[in-house]
Amino acid sequence: MRVALFVTCINDTLHPRTGRAVVTLLERLGVEVGFPAEQSCCGQPQFNTGYRHASEPLALRYARVFRDYEYVVVPSGSCAAMVRDNYPRLGEKAAAEGRGSALTEAAAEAVPKTYELTEFLVDVLKVTDVGAYYPHAVTYHPTCHGLRMLGLGDRPRTLLSHVKGLELRELAGAEECCGFGGTFAVKNPAVSAAMGADKTRHIQETGAAAVCTVDNSCLMHIGGVLSRQGSPVRPVHLAEILASTEGNVL
Amino acid sequence: MSVTDLGMPAFPAAAARSTRDTRLRANLRHATHTIRDKRARAVGELGDWAQLRAAGRAVKDRTLRHLDHYLERLEEAVTAAGGQVHWAADAAEANRIVTRLVRATGEREVVKVKSMATQEIGLNEALAEAGISAYETDLAELIVQLGKDRPSHILVPAIHRNRAEIRDIFRSEMGDWGRPAPDGLSDRPAELAEAARLHLREKFLRAKVGISGANFMVAETGTLVVVESEGNGRMCLTLPETLISVVGIEKVVPTWQDLEVFLQLLPRSSTAERMNPYTSMWTGTTDGDGPQTFHLVLLDNGRTDTLADTVGRQALRCIRCSACLNVCPVYERAGGHAYGSAYPGPIGAILTPQLRGTASELDASLPYASSLCGACYEVCPVAIDIPEVLVHLRERVVEGGKVTRGGVKTVIRPAKGHAAERAAMRAAGFAFGRPGLLRAGQRLAARTRKLHPRRLPGPGRAWTDTRDLPPVPAESFRDWWQRTRGGEQGGGRQESGQ
Ligand code: SF4
Repeated sequence: MRVALFVTCINDTLHPRTGRAVVTLLERLGVEVGFPAEQSCCGQPQFNTGYRHASEPLALRYARVFRDYEYVVVPSGSCAAMVRDNYPRLGEKAAAEGRGSALTEAAAEAVPKTYELTEFLVDVLKVTDVGAYYPHAVTYHPTCHGLRMLGLGDRPRTLLSHVKGLELRELAGAEECCGFGGTFAVKNPAVSAAMGADKTRHIQETGAAAVCTVDNSCLMHIGGVLSRQGSPVRPVHLAEILASTEGNVL
Repeated sequence: MSVTDLGMPAFPAAAARSTRDTRLRANLRHATHTIRDKRARAVGELGDWAQLRAAGRAVKDRTLRHLDHYLERLEEAVTAAGGQVHWAADAAEANRIVTRLVRATGEREVVKVKSMATQEIGLNEALAEAGISAYETDLAELIVQLGKDRPSHILVPAIHRNRAEIRDIFRSEMGDWGRPAPDGLSDRPAELAEAARLHLREKFLRAKVGISGANFMVAETGTLVVVESEGNGRMCLTLPETLISVVGIEKVVPTWQDLEVFLQLLPRSSTAERMNPYTSMWTGTTDGDGPQTFHLVLLDNGRTDTLADTVGRQALRCIRCSACLNVCPVYERAGGHAYGSAYPGPIGAILTPQLRGTASELDASLPYASSLCGACYEVCPVAIDIPEVLVHLRERVVEGGKVTRGGVKTVIRPAKGHAAERAAMRAAGFAFGRPGLLRAGQRLAARTRKLHPRRLPGPGRAWTDTRDLPPVPAESFRDWWQRTRGGEQGGGRQESGQ
């Protein structure tokens, strides 16, 4: 099984702990992980802001970089959704504009091998108990792209429910957007902040020590609001919880 | 374009103002959350909702593909049943036609059934200019009209008002328009409804002309359909001598069988009812029963232009149920007025910039009035992929491109004000295309991390005004990988171990 980690540009630059946790976790489960250094960004920020053409070379690069791998594991719901939902759209639109089939072929290669981390664990490796230990009360925020575009369902919660020592706290209004939305956070800052304030209020009401998601971009926004409020609640990526063990709580 | 929309600030500014209005936010939060929970229960009762939704979508798409055909059939059927059909290319023409028709009756006042199409074209204002008073008879529309206000929701136009505000409006304004509010009116719903009933009854019995929209038009028989909860619509549709219905051309459905699908989809999605309390249907005129003159004004106003866009045309499937508004986290905070048109919320964010174009600052800002969370798509009973259309329209705003305006294919230029963003996207694209450069940037950021300001200047302020920035780590992931796993080529285990 040739498995590549697509760490994503945000994780690479701002949240390297998450990438390290994925490597630790997958290796603990007996998976050999490769990291092709030619990878960069999936093109989501460009695509979602309206710069479709700027995302095209990145889609082509993605397909090329991961060509030799059977699986690509992505610790980001929204980046996985970009590949799965929007790469085919890039192909269709380019074809409609009479620009050949390179993007369609790239999408056909990339889509079936791309898995968000929890999908890979539950659907491919078929594990729900990854042998993790995390002695804290945690609440889980299902991010919009993971929830609605990828349809992750209860995979993340199932994984969390098997973590020893972890107490899962229910989050009110869990399925409501946290207000990040990529460039939305700076294009409509007032609404974004109002949504963030409601989300963090619900998070604090759970009394959990940490809030966890499958997407560091949403977590960056939630964590930024919590930090500004001086809240002790820690933002933590699901991969970091799953990588924790009795000997090494991350 | 309605006259009331002119001079609206762009969405972010308008929304920033409304998010500070705590009473508005509380009113909206309470109302939208109540109705969204009820909707979920009403939809959950039907085992075949997914199939119904697919059927609704398919019927609309098929009809839109052959719209000219069905509209011609509709015109024939309406005419054969004794009605007259008028075609209006835009808002101004529709307003001229209706004004002329009312004038021909010699009347100076009309009663109105709640209608999105007449909101869209600003009919009340146009009639007022011609010296004709238009009385809204829907309870919420009455509140909006008496309050000299604008609707802020498709289904519940006065959603931004609470009971106490409504009582105050009734007390101070009703007298100027007709029967005043009873002395000592309280804010109990039953009392408020009774005051409105007495006030409106006077108008129903006096009016010789009624103006309505329609939820659906059945092509095979020329039948128009209005679904409503209060019964005021039925009064307007049956009591006057002349009935004028202004309806968007996309509201046609081919047959009664098709209608059956929507009469299930609409009430559960909008009011969370199994069936609408009042479903009124009228076909032309009938001797001695109901209005003796019937006019149908078919409104285009940007719809055929929208139909020419293969991605955006799905917005024309909309049945105005308002489910997307009630689940939208942006609508909940920004309120309906910030969208600057008759169509607020997610559907407004995609419909308005298509009907009106993206030339104004407000219209160009609407496709960005969403976090792309996808909740709207999930609830839409005709499966309009609103996030897909939003992104499609964003592309139109920042890159320009081919559009159809006024039936003519043209190429538009990008909207103003995206130069800095475009440059940033290009720079990012350049770096992402060269991972070596990306790494150099990461290392530079890591080395200077102690110097990074806590609050950013310029556009970055939009982030740091309310949120802290994540600290830049000392080592990027790719540097960690290289340090611990592999040689300069970065292949790591992949190269050595497999
Ligand atoms: S877009 Fe869909 S959910 Fe929104 S009002 Fe129209 S039909 Fe209803």
